[in-house]
Formats: sequence, C-alpha cells, structure tokens
Amino acid sequence: MLKLENIWMQISNGNGENKEILKGINLEFEQGKLYAITGPNGGGKTSLAKVIMGIYQHSQGSIYLHGEEIGDLSVTERARKGIAYAFQQPPRFKGLTIKDMLNIAAPQAESMQYRKYLRDVGLCPEDYLDRDLGPGLSGGEIKRIEMAQLLMRDTALAIFDEPEAGVDLWTIQKLIGLIVTSYRNNPAKTAIVITHNEKILPICDEVIVLEEGTVAGRGTPSDIWHLIKDDIECKVRNKCQGEVTYEIK
Amino acid sequence: MKLNNLDMDLLNSVAGMHGIPKGAVNIRRDGEAVIRQSSSNIILSSLTGNKPGLKVEIKPGTRNETVHVPVILTQPGFQDKVYNTFIVGEDADATIIAGCGIHNNSHASSRHDGIHEIIIRRGARLKYIEKHYGEGGEKAQNILNPTTIITVEKGAVAELEMVQIKGVDDTIRSTKAYVHEKGNLKIVERLLTQGEQRAESDIEIYIEGDGGAAQVLSRSVAQENSYQLFRAALIGKTACLGHVECDAIIMDNARIKSIPELMAEDAEAVLTHEAAIGKIAGEQLIKLMSLGLTEKEAVDAILEGFLK
Ligand SMILES: Nc1ncnc2c1ncn2[C@@H]1O[C@H](COP(=O)(O)OP(=O)(O)OP(=O)(O)O)[C@@H](O)[C@H]1O
Ligand SMILES: [Mg+2]
Repeated sequence: MLKLENIWMQISNGNGENKEILKGINLEFEQGKLYAITGPNGGGKTSLAKVIMGIYQHSQGSIYLHGEEIGDLSVTERARKGIAYAFQQPPRFKGLTIKDMLNIAAPQAESMQYRKYLRDVGLCPEDYLDRDLGPGLSGGEIKRIEMAQLLMRDTALAIFDEPEAGVDLWTIQKLIGLIVTSYRNNPAKTAIVITHNEKILPICDEVIVLEEGTVAGRGTPSDIWHLIKDDIECKVRNKCQGEVTYEIK
Repeated sequence: MKLNNLDMDLLNSVAGMHGIPKGAVNIRRDGEAVIRQSSSNIILSSLTGNKPGLKVEIKPGTRNETVHVPVILTQPGFQDKVYNTFIVGEDADATIIAGCGIHNNSHASSRHDGIHEIIIRRGARLKYIEKHYGEGGEKAQNILNPTTIITVEKGAVAELEMVQIKGVDDTIRSTKAYVHEKGNLKIVERLLTQGEQRAESDIEIYIEGDGGAAQVLSRSVAQENSYQLFRAALIGKTACLGHVECDAIIMDNARIKSIPELMAEDAEAVLTHEAAIGKIAGEQLIKLMSLGLTEKEAVDAILEGFLK
C-alpha cells in the first residue's frame, strides 16, 4: 500500500552545506501488516516518517500510496488520503485543550468516544479533557494523548514514532495491547511503529533496521533480534575520541 | 424605548445578552440611557454635574449578582464621553458585564471615551468583564478610549477581563490600580488587531498594602499592518507579590511593542515578568495539518485557542 523508491533526503546544516540524512531508501509496506522500524539514534527513522507525511521534502525518489505518487502532495492532502503520524516529540499549544485536539483529529467523533480513547491510553477523561495541551502536561501524558489522536483518526496508514518514549512501565503494556488490537491482523490497516522497545518488536510482522540513512536489515522480529544481538555493530562516532565500535552482547 | 435587531446584535457581541436580563441593567445607546433597571441590591443612578454618567452601587453583602452596563453606538459618527462609578460594597460578591459595541456605516469616526472608577470595598469580590467590538463600512473609524481607575481595598479580590477581538480601529486603554493590604487584583487582556488598526494598553498597578498581590496576563495577536503597544508597570511599595505576563503572536507586517516594567520599593516585594513575541511555531502548524487541517484552518485553530 506504501512504496518508497530510492528516497534521498538532505538537510542543510546552516553553513550552506547539505547533509544526507536518507540515502536511497527502498521499502514496500503491505496492507494489513504491522511493521517496526528500529536502529541507532540519528539513523533517520523520524526523518523517514516525516518524508512519508510530507513534513520533510525528499530530494530524489518517489513515494506511492496505493499506487498513486504522493510526493508532491502537502501534509494536509496526505493526511486526508489516510496517512497519520504520531510525533516523537509532539508540540505543545497554549490555549488548545485535549478535547479541542481530539476534536480536530476526529471531528465526527462524539464525546463518548473521546472518553473511551483517553481511557484506552490510561488517562481519566474527567481529569484531562479540559486541560490545556500546554507546558503543564508531563512528557508521558502528551505521548499518550498523541497516541489517542492517531487511534481516533483510524487511518489506513498509521505511523507511531516511539510511542513508548517517556511512558511508564505500567502503561507501556497497555499501549502495546492497543497497537495489537487495532493493527495486528487487521486487513484494512497498515501500521509502522518506530521503536527502541524490545517488547514492541515481537508483536510486529516485520522489522526494518535503519542505520545512517540506509536500510541495514529487514526480517521477522526473531531474525532481526538475532542480527541485532550477534551481528550488528553499532558505530558510534565521537569526534573527540575517534571512532569507537561497540559490540552488542 | 425599544431596541431594534441591530442593537440586540451589538449587545449580544459585547455583553452576551440575548434579551434584557433580569436584575440590574443599564443600556446606554448613543449617549443616552435607554434602559435602566435597578435590583434590590444593585442601585443604578445618574451622575450629575459636568461629568455625566452612571453610578452603580452594589450593596454590602450582596451575593452572586450580576449587573449589565453595556454601551452601544449606532448613529454614524457619534462621539460619546461618559464617567461611570462602580462601588462594590463590603463583602459583596458580584459580576459587572460592561462592554462597548459600535456600528458605524459612515465615513466619519464614531468614538466612545469611557472613564470608569471602580472601588472594591473591604473583603468584596468582583469579576468585571469588558468587551470591545466594532462593525460597519470599510471607511468607518471606530475609536474606543477607556480609562479605568481601580481601588482594591483590604482583603478584596478583583478580576478584570478586557477583550477586544474585532472592528476597533484605534484604542488607547489606560488602567491604573491601587491594591491595598491583602488585596488581590488580576487583569486579563485579550486583543486581536487587523488591517491598519492600532491598540495601546497602558497598565499601572500600585501595590500599596502588605500582602497585596497583582497579576497581569496579556495575550494578543497582531495581523496585517496593525500596531500594538502594551505596557504594564507594577510598583511594589510593600511586601507584596506581582507578576506580568505578556505573550503575543505577530503575523504579516504587524508591529508589537511590549514593555513590562517592575519597580520595587520594599525589599520584601517579589515582582516578576515574562514577555514573549513570536510568530506561530511552524511545528504547531505542521502538527495540525498532519491531522488534516489546511494551513489556514490550522492558523485559525491556534489563534482561537490562544485568545480564548
Ligand atoms: N531538522 C533537522 N535539522 C538538522 N538535522 C536534522 C534535522 N532532522 C534530523 N536531523 C539529523 O538527521 C539525522 C537523523 O535524524 P532522525 O531524527 O531521523 O533520527 P532517528 O533515527 O529518528 O533518531 P532517534 O532514534 O534518536 O529518534 C540526525 O543526525 C539528525 O541530527
Ligand atoms: Mg526519531
């Protein structure tokens, strides 16, 4: 349902030089499947998600949704075509309440549904619906609200960017359960979960490893898990100390 | 005196009135009181002499009563000046809904200068809401210059909400307040300017009694070629608490000048301020667009929330 063909993306570093962030990504995502994307920090996972959503522009390559090239469409148009992205770091708003935001995400929904989805992500609606989506919310709270918006939008393609980040141990299991019930073996939907969480990898049909802007591996969770454990050397470049190589045991 | 549909629309815009409310009401239209009714606890009367206006007396101990005192200008080019005095009696708890609406279809300027004195007696609580609104032809000039002098007596609490969202071309708002021992004053301003509009607000609060507190919260949006000047000065003369917060969104070719000012005259005075001017954050727009809003819808949603 989603096909990325030779996607390149660069970002200017401010000194007039461009840094290649994505280097020729080729990936195909099938309808009805649940995918994980993992890999070292800075590998390009969020950038890839933003390219799919239209937030970042790719410099080369094509993006097809259901066979239609969507590379020139705006963020709004892609959203309306059924792509949804839950931000790694959702922005905060002064004056917009959680209810306002859920209403923007799913204008046709009724207030009963707002309550249900908030409860699903472990937030008591009475305490949260009228709260500002501003600086007063904790990091984990805002991530859960971000997730609720995506679930409410119920789009054909949903991309979650580290849904586990900042979420407490008590709630992570609940969020994983939600992803499983909404997307696993759901023939109408495709989900991509960007994650560093080893409990999320096994619920996915396929795991993709992104490293330094390229696809470094792709396979079933258990294949990839072995690859990660045994084979992949994470290269950590530290300009002061030269190149250091760690082996993951 | 009958009110027509236009009058009622203006009254709805500035004072949320859908009819003539029960209780104390004074409606001033084009310089005359067209409706005046007192209640048993809130007495309305005319100020006489060379300073024409309205006197509102809220009896001591009054509980949860509201008085509506809107002003509307409907005659093109009408110039109105009025002196109003509000006295909230000891231990009373009341709401005053003021506001000024102008409908001007001419090329001339309509202008209302309101000079308000508000005294909140010992232990009383007041909520005061004032909305400004203008409408009419493109060439019309709607001018509003309110001056407000507030005295918050010992242990009294006052919250003033001043809102100007649409259609006022030129406004100079001057507010002076004196907060006495353990008194508490909060001023909330919401302002949107567009086109060639100019808005100035100058607030000066003297905290004169021990344990007094004052807070000024301003949120404004300046669009197109409009200009805003915001100055809020807190003068802490005793052991007191004061805070000014002004947060502005700037767009297009607008200009905003924001001047928070603190003056402490006592080592126990704690005064703080925060001021920020900036455009709408790009990531906020992108976030809302990723939920399916167009850029324009996203801007509107952000501004509506910000000014709510
Ligand atoms: N807006 C930006 N400006 C400058 N550099 C950027 C920008 N966005 C991404 N980058 C750079 O691109 C690279 C990839 O970043 P990206 O956020 O895609 O990584 P990631 O795989 O999501 O990492 P993490 O696991 O830490 O979330 C990083 O080196 C990052 O610094
Ligand atoms: Mg990331």
